[in-house]
Amino acid sequence: MSVVEVRGLTKEFGDMVAVDHVDLASREGEFLVLLGPSGCGKTTLLRMIAGLEEPTSGEIYIGGEKMNGLPPRIRKVAMVFQSYALYPHMTVARNIAFPLRAEGVDKAEQDKRVRWAAELLGIDRYLDRRPRQLSGGERQRVALARALVREPNVFLLDEPLSNLDAKLRAAARDDLLEFQRRVGITTIYVTHDQVEAMGMGDRIAVMRDGKIRQFGTPEEIYSDPADTFVATFIGSPPMNLLEGEHRVVGFRPENFKPIGEFTERDVPSTFRFHVNRSEYLGSDRFLYGVVEGYDENTKVIARVPVGSTIAEGATYEFGVAAADLCYFDPRTGKRLRGDA
Amino acid sequence: MSDEALAAGVASRRPRRSLLDSERLLAVGGLTPAVVYIVALVGFPFVLAVLMAFSDVTVGDPSLDFVGLETLRQVLEDPVFWRALRNTLFFTVVSNALVVILATALALILTKDFKFKWLIRLLVLLPWTTPVSLATISWLWTLDTIFSPIDWVLRQLGLLEGNMIWLGQPRLALASVIIVHTWRIVPLAAVIVMAGMLAIPTEIRDASDIDGAGFWRRTFEIEIPLMAPIIGVAVLFGVILSVTDMTVVHVLTRGGPTNYTQVLASWAFYKGIEGGDLAQGAGTALFLLPVLVAVAALILRFARRTEVL
Amino acid sequence: MAATTLEAQRRRAELKRVWGRVSLYVLAITAALLAAFPFLWSTITMFKQDQDLYNRDNNPFWFTLPPTLEHIRYLFENTAFLTFVRNTMVVGLAVVAITLLISLPAAYSLARLAGRWGERMGIAIFLVYLIPPTLLFLPMSRVVASLGLLESLWSLILVYPTITIPISVWLLMGFFKGIPRDIEEQAMVDGYTRAGAVMRTVLPLVFPGIVAVIVFSFTLSAHEFIYALSFISSTANKTISVGVPTALVRGDVFFWQSLQAAAVFVALPIAIVFNLFLDRFIAGFTMGAVKG
Repeated sequence: MSVVEVRGLTKEFGDMVAVDHVDLASREGEFLVLLGPSGCGKTTLLRMIAGLEEPTSGEIYIGGEKMNGLPPRIRKVAMVFQSYALYPHMTVARNIAFPLRAEGVDKAEQDKRVRWAAELLGIDRYLDRRPRQLSGGERQRVALARALVREPNVFLLDEPLSNLDAKLRAAARDDLLEFQRRVGITTIYVTHDQVEAMGMGDRIAVMRDGKIRQFGTPEEIYSDPADTFVATFIGSPPMNLLEGEHRVVGFRPENFKPIGEFTERDVPSTFRFHVNRSEYLGSDRFLYGVVEGYDENTKVIARVPVGSTIAEGATYEFGVAAADLCYFDPRTGKRLRGDA
Repeated sequence: MSDEALAAGVASRRPRRSLLDSERLLAVGGLTPAVVYIVALVGFPFVLAVLMAFSDVTVGDPSLDFVGLETLRQVLEDPVFWRALRNTLFFTVVSNALVVILATALALILTKDFKFKWLIRLLVLLPWTTPVSLATISWLWTLDTIFSPIDWVLRQLGLLEGNMIWLGQPRLALASVIIVHTWRIVPLAAVIVMAGMLAIPTEIRDASDIDGAGFWRRTFEIEIPLMAPIIGVAVLFGVILSVTDMTVVHVLTRGGPTNYTQVLASWAFYKGIEGGDLAQGAGTALFLLPVLVAVAALILRFARRTEVL
Repeated sequence: MAATTLEAQRRRAELKRVWGRVSLYVLAITAALLAAFPFLWSTITMFKQDQDLYNRDNNPFWFTLPPTLEHIRYLFENTAFLTFVRNTMVVGLAVVAITLLISLPAAYSLARLAGRWGERMGIAIFLVYLIPPTLLFLPMSRVVASLGLLESLWSLILVYPTITIPISVWLLMGFFKGIPRDIEEQAMVDGYTRAGAVMRTVLPLVFPGIVAVIVFSFTLSAHEFIYALSFISSTANKTISVGVPTALVRGDVFFWQSLQAAAVFVALPIAIVFNLFLDRFIAGFTMGAVKG
């Protein structure tokens, strides 16, 4: 169990900068998520921590020791890949034992630890099967067992749920979190799925173009985004952004409410909201429209209770509480603070 | 208008399905030329080859008279036939044993990244891309009785006085033929193994890195077992090339010294074309058939297993 | 303490990396030299003067006497080498044309239309590739003779497609399978017949496969030896493969320098073209193998 820290980490492939001066430190036993769209450098960052890729510059520390130039074996990291990368020609038992054999652990000890890991993950019934005889969820457990068996300092997970269908994914997410809590090993988890990130991460690092845009708890990232990218990447539907003369105003759809819902004490900023379309979603209703006085191509979404009596085609007074408004620099997209 | 009339009207107005839309017809039409070509120029000669082996046809007497097993008996009575059969098997086994090892090693090298790879690849593939007869001409000169540069090097090293006479002594001539065969087949086999190597997902290789496997463990416990079926296919191609080839023997030794390096293919040629005894030639070549059938069956099994990859 | 062992391991890892690179280069260069050795020797030979070449004590890898182009000139001016080249081109191009004409529709039918039955058919056609000329050359020479084609290039043009068609069908099948059905179905929905859709949408997409087939059919027919040796004995109609080893020898006298020049002049261009298409060949082979 160790803290992972990277300082000024950079990776260039030819002219392309995949990871650009990234500083990041995990806490002990934390579940840290690297979130970002594809090509943002999150997987490259993970592979550098693993030792599969050497950084162009910058340092990697695990448990306070500098790890640059060391092979994965010595870093004591374990990794679960998107495809699980099980060895197809080996039985489950031999798959799990493979890292132990590489380490030179003796046979009896190998068997004991394979059994322990398999029981922990509930796959002890499948030890004699081959990977292709297993379901997607079972394969994931084998991959986790293989990662767990030599008691690594750090778990690195590269989109391990993306190969599962939606139903299985929710269950696997639960299993994975419960498993991580139980073993308490620092885990770095890469995903492009913001729902997964919000649900699983103790903290989330949002990446784009090789840089970390924001690093914080899910609550911070959601309600206090550092820039317009984070504001729109997180949340579904995303934060509304209205471009004003000097600044961009942002607010979440659920904070955009008819003026009548505010009490006299918290005076909201008001907008005239023209509703074009109303969408019934069972638990909520989404209202799509435009705000008068702003660019008419800027779509604004409000999330209101199902029972509201708002009609399509009409214009209403809507408001947002001052505390729920974010302001951004229209040029850089960076958050403007203090002068709100 | 009644419903039926309406339906009929619609039907008549629908454009007729063009012949070119019919899947079955297209399939049959597409395949027919290939099938006809192969039946006429592979199937028919193949049947003819078998018939010839049971006849007494020669260049002088081209009528196919059935003589039962008489021709085959004559073939089997010739001691040269047995030597050719033994040589064929011996060449094939030894060169392909070498091919497995060298081709796998070569594939491992050529799938890595390094500078001037295109040049290395070009040179490594020369033995395969050059017409066999010309490549063998190059070897014929390399193994020349008097001017072989190999002899010169051995002389400079003080290991040899005079000459090895590579192609003039039975054992050395055998060894030379085996070396040339191996040299020629390794690049092709390596290319096939490379295909298998590149089909191994990168994540598998990364996983073995993470799991702490070094070069040797990764090569022997992960990569080679995963490539086993395709290595099998590569070797079977090698077997076919070496079992059926007569070019190397023909150009290098003409079967000599005194039939010592004769193989089935070359013996069939000398009997059938140069000696004019078509029946005995065909009868000799027919003994290649069991080997080929076995190889074909094995290739099919391996090909099915590669699907697992 | 932990830091120093880590430092030692870092050094060991670095050393291993360097050692790995060095041995990779050493092995690659060794392999290249072993493979190319006879050709390197041929290349040196073709520039040597007779007195230099035919002296057992001269360094064979160096020029004791100045190099000369005389033997190369001899090859082109005084031998039938250029005739062989022309014959090989004629046969090769004709074989390529026949091969494409026959294997393109066959491969498409097998890949798209014939279903399960097509898979078996594909395997059967591939097995034909395993039937070697060695087994067939005697009856084939009879067939060729009865068609009156002995001593004619037409005999080779007729027979070589039996070698090139099976392998081409197999290769092209892999390429056709790699193209999604939707593409031609879209064209059919847009009003083309199936054949029209294939011509306009699929053929351009398998162009790389077609190029591969052209390269392989041409080289296979340039490589072939037994049929050419059995069917043709007049120098005027020989191909490179048979002509160089049989007709560039006068009696028992070998014109070694010219002979080696011929080998090099043929080997190099083929090797270069082949290399350009090697990756495609590998792709085709795996596609065929994976989905066969």
